[in-house]
Amino acid sequence: MSTLESAAATTVDLAVTPLRELNAALHVAAEPGRWRVLNPRGAHAVAVGVDAPLEVEIDGHVGYYCAGMNKRATVRVHGNCGVGLAENIMSGAVIVEGNASQSVAASGRGGLVVVDGDTSARCGISMKGVDIVVRGSVGHMSAFMAQRGRLVVCGDAGEALGDSIYEARLYVRGEARGLGADCVEKELGEEHLAELGALLERAGASDCDPSEFRRFGSARRLYNFDVDNAGSY
Amino acid sequence: MCPAEPWGRVAAGPRLDVVCGIAGVFSKSSTIGDALGRHLGAMLLQLGDRGPDSAGVAIYRDPAPAGSSKVSLHSPEPDHDWGGVRAALDEAFGAGEPEVRASHAVIVVDTEAPTVVGWLRERYPELRVMSAGQAIELYKEAGHPAEFVERFGLAELAGSHALGHTRMATESRVTTNGSHPFSTGLDLCLVHNGSLSNHNRLRERLRDAGIEFQTENDTEVAAGYLTHRLREGATLEQALEGCLEDLDGFYTFAVGTVDGFAVLRDPIACKPAVMAETDDWVAMASEYRAIATLPGADGARMWEPEPGRVYSWERERV
Repeated sequence: MSTLESAAATTVDLAVTPLRELNAALHVAAEPGRWRVLNPRGAHAVAVGVDAPLEVEIDGHVGYYCAGMNKRATVRVHGNCGVGLAENIMSGAVIVEGNASQSVAASGRGGLVVVDGDTSARCGISMKGVDIVVRGSVGHMSAFMAQRGRLVVCGDAGEALGDSIYEARLYVRGEARGLGADCVEKELGEEHLAELGALLERAGASDCDPSEFRRFGSARRLYNFDVDNAGSY
Repeated sequence: MCPAEPWGRVAAGPRLDVVCGIAGVFSKSSTIGDALGRHLGAMLLQLGDRGPDSAGVAIYRDPAPAGSSKVSLHSPEPDHDWGGVRAALDEAFGAGEPEVRASHAVIVVDTEAPTVVGWLRERYPELRVMSAGQAIELYKEAGHPAEFVERFGLAELAGSHALGHTRMATESRVTTNGSHPFSTGLDLCLVHNGSLSNHNRLRERLRDAGIEFQTENDTEVAAGYLTHRLREGATLEQALEGCLEDLDGFYTFAVGTVDGFAVLRDPIACKPAVMAETDDWVAMASEYRAIATLPGADGARMWEPEPGRVYSWERERV
């Protein structure tokens, strides 16, 4: 494998190293360490399935499913991402400095996903515990069938936000072009301001004032909500 | 037909969302135009995984002089006597030498396109007229895109703009005629990723309005719809906006006209698309990795086309 070892970071150039070699190396890396990936040129599945406290920086645009199933690692993309960024993320953090396409953090169970730009449709679809902070706007059907976690949108949300939502808290600073079935606006209490402020800070977005956001969530008319389970959401 | 994303498989495990790839590039300077075929070929190779069954391109180049027209013909016979076709055309109207590429030949004829198309259909019913107009040339064939790019000598072609398609057929047969692009009107062509569900009824309506169809393919109906609307006097943008009302199904379209290039995604936006622009070119593709092959892609302005919004570029008429 053509890597440039240095004390600071292990550099992998995807122009010369096959993607599978990169991912295999990330999968066996047990020690905390820094990795730098060059020339992704839109490749799919870059840094998927990492399960170690690594810091992975990707210089350039990536294709589909970047950082999918991420656990414990911090993956930072200096570019844009295709469909399914951080799909099924378990823990750790995925940060994108550009825009991301559809289905950001789909089915994500934990961890934090930050997109500095916009995302297109279905951001946070079926999210199950992940926290997502989007500095820009999100496309239509975001948080579709969301079950748990928080989606923070500093810009606007597209049509049918939170359609068929179970639980999960949605915070939107700009305009929500429309709410989906069973998604309603809810009061923004002290508890929410506190959790939103903490999330914005974690995402490096503390310039956004939590009080400027509106909160949306489930009206609980579409599924069999049981108050005994309220604590688990 | 090129169906919607296989959701069942998406949920199941490791996969890439295959099922057709489309690409388009519109040159704004000679930097890219001089090697347009080579660039489009590189894009198609990147989209080979999305469509390994067949490939096709429409390339706009070397416009025929006013009063003349250019036809792209396909023969199912491997060694068709293109010299004979040319001689007959020359005798009837005057015609240039055929430019033969694999199973296709392009001939410039000294008469208007509708006349030569009618004449060819009558005299050479075994030939299929793939496209006709001033500048369009259309090539498509079953087989892997890598094979296609090689066989058709794509790298040799310069041009002003071009569209390409790689097809994964799941419901209809893998044939030349089922391949994209589709051209139903002069200099007009369409590539499509998706599937239409109201194409049978719409085809009948368009046939009644005088549009001819050569296949039962849903994409040809979309191309026919655009031809019909343009004939009625709509601009390309208006015709594409009409698609949002009149077409039912999933689609990302890339459309070429003699001097224009346009992109439209359906309002649900199930099918992927990404666009990029530099001072030298505008490009669209199903995936960014195809655009990444273009010179200057790293610094290009990049965006995902919004659902239900028409994006179009037109060359200034000289």
